Amino acid sequence: MSNYHLDHLQYLETEAIHIMREVAGEFERPALLFSGGKDSICLLRLAEKAFRPAEIPLPFLNVDTGHHFPELNEFRDRRARELGGKLIVRKVEDAIARGLAQPAPGEVSRNRLQIPTLLAAIEEFRFDCCIGGARRDEEKARAKERFFSYRDSFGQWDPKSQRPEIWNLYNARLNPGENMRVFPLSNWTEMDVWEYIRQEKLEVPSIYFSHRRHCVRRQGQWLPVNDIQPPKPTEEVRELTVRVRTIGDIISTGLVESPAATVDDIIAEIAAARVTERGSRADDKASEAAMEDRKKAGYF
Amino acid sequence: MDLLRFNTCGSVDDGKSTLIGRLLYDSKSLMEDQIEALERSADITGGGQVNLANLTDGLRAEREQGITIDVAYRYFATPRRKFIVADTPGHVQYTRNMVTGASTANLSIILVDARAGVIEQSRRHTAIASLLRIPHLVIAVNKMDLVDWSEARFNEIRAEFEQFLPRLDIKDVKFIPMSALNGDNVVTPSAHTPWYGGPTLLSHLETVHIASDWNLQGLRLPVQWVNRPNQPTDPRLHDFRGFSGQIAGGIVRAGQKVMVLPSGITTTVKEIHTYDGPVAEAFCPQSVTLVLAHDVDVSRGNMIIGPDDLPGSASDLHAKVCWMHPRALQPGKKYWLKHTTHTVQAAVTEITHRINISSLEQEPAPAGLALNDIGEIRLRTSAPLVFDGYATNRLTGSFILIEQGTHATVAAGMLHPPRELVRPEDADFVI
Repeated sequence: MSNYHLDHLQYLETEAIHIMREVAGEFERPALLFSGGKDSICLLRLAEKAFRPAEIPLPFLNVDTGHHFPELNEFRDRRARELGGKLIVRKVEDAIARGLAQPAPGEVSRNRLQIPTLLAAIEEFRFDCCIGGARRDEEKARAKERFFSYRDSFGQWDPKSQRPEIWNLYNARLNPGENMRVFPLSNWTEMDVWEYIRQEKLEVPSIYFSHRRHCVRRQGQWLPVNDIQPPKPTEEVRELTVRVRTIGDIISTGLVESPAATVDDIIAEIAAARVTERGSRADDKASEAAMEDRKKAGYF
Repeated sequence: MDLLRFNTCGSVDDGKSTLIGRLLYDSKSLMEDQIEALERSADITGGGQVNLANLTDGLRAEREQGITIDVAYRYFATPRRKFIVADTPGHVQYTRNMVTGASTANLSIILVDARAGVIEQSRRHTAIASLLRIPHLVIAVNKMDLVDWSEARFNEIRAEFEQFLPRLDIKDVKFIPMSALNGDNVVTPSAHTPWYGGPTLLSHLETVHIASDWNLQGLRLPVQWVNRPNQPTDPRLHDFRGFSGQIAGGIVRAGQKVMVLPSGITTTVKEIHTYDGPVAEAFCPQSVTLVLAHDVDVSRGNMIIGPDDLPGSASDLHAKVCWMHPRALQPGKKYWLKHTTHTVQAAVTEITHRINISSLEQEPAPAGLALNDIGEIRLRTSAPLVFDGYATNRLTGSFILIEQGTHATVAAGMLHPPRELVRPEDADFVI
């Protein structure tokens, strides 16, 4: 009997492939949100596993804030090309220029402005479903989200009236203008993602590994020195050996001092870690309900 | 590493969230920033006392009202196993939420307050676990510190449970005395219970035998997606036609005979294709792509089965349902019914009775079925379903009902065993 037993990664993988194929079977115009980050890299491998030898039957969509790490965009474009996939990039800058997104006075972060940019892309291509790489272990509001997360015609998530999900039966039915966000990695942890990257020998952007970088100390974390918010004379700047644990915008992604140069090193580091992955994201610290508020407004 | 999925249930103050918080805390699965956030919220809502329940109560309304709105999922690992926890609230919507959280669980933990003993909620939770056929059950007798760690009290509660357990179909039940608040017998053995020789909760979760929780009898592959590469230039792929799906029961072997339902056509498995190369056999719940020896017509919603172990086929169905929506079940109204990868229209022809969840007795249901009710119904579908009884196979014996128009998921259904099996002699299309 013991031959017929799945370990945790095999279980998570078959669950995610099942969800990917449900998306292909149930929706007319699905897309896959691909940023080049580690979670969406796993999504692409799962899509290959779900759909090969056929072509992956959905385009890749990325909302470019204009504040991305250049290494990330380079990787994103290359990986999409290698897979023969269609990559659609929609820029926050263009959404601002077209009046679809409006920065608040003095607002530098593009975090909030990703929302109208994404919703405009969904409308432009009439996507009825977007697959995303979010995981429930990332954050408390995410812990309550479904695999198939229903959004109304304004792209809003209503945590109090989510569709119950029972067994492996996902209700994918929508009315026109409504949208589904689907999260095949819901049950994965940060450790699972890295173990999967190791098992599948997946390439990840170089910034996940230790490198030398000029860093500026802000709000108790080291951020990359960047042109968007250059260091002020009063701020401490140092060259450090760092890596990113989670990738957000270049102005808000905390760097961790780390010698981890390989995936094995990263796994060992996470096993010993004493703070969560999102502990290094300034955008989540704004308030205890920061993620909940952004999701209700249509965030990934 | 093995993965165990469990859910916790109890009524409002039994300390479910505290128990999960304790498991995370004592198994060192909590990170400094989570502990920090706990301490921050302690200053606001807890009068300075760290509240482990705040770890799982994720939404603002929940923290403000001190309740849990919905099923929350938590993840932790020990060197022996990985765990997925569904924390299901015990208040108003308990049945709906518990059914949701328990539907994918290997094990349910039912919390009982040692002072209150077995209350109606405890019976309900146990009955639901039994209806859903959760393979393993733990009765966590919590707050033992408040009854002076009395062995007699523990035995009394255990005896109460054992009175109604025989009426339920649960194979494996374990009773553990504990205090989630103080951590006794959750992760570390308690000095207060020298009379208890069993494992701590965590140690039980780490060792309970789950390898046989999936159904390995009778091949069932509901077809999700037809894999047809559009590559006329590559001769190897030009004729590739694969049928993709997650095996919902049994084992499939290359070269074996299979039947496609509902058409009844039989053929053989030419190849079990996976991204990592062809395999000789695959089993439930693996996701695979089957290439068949003959060019047969197969589409999403069909089921590929092993001809030795036949499922039922019918459009008049008998099932237990848990009603999950404030708009009550309306006989005669058309709903969408999703069963495996197959969606059909269905109308409820009769509500035969309601199940009293505390006593598991059948009662008349003159008022129909409302939110959180469990009942027995008959329904008629627009096309026959190929199915098994829920007791035989949780994946091919379950369905959901979806309201037309709003598309709300309104019910979870568990099918009774088929009265008639598919008859292979009717299938004269043998190739």
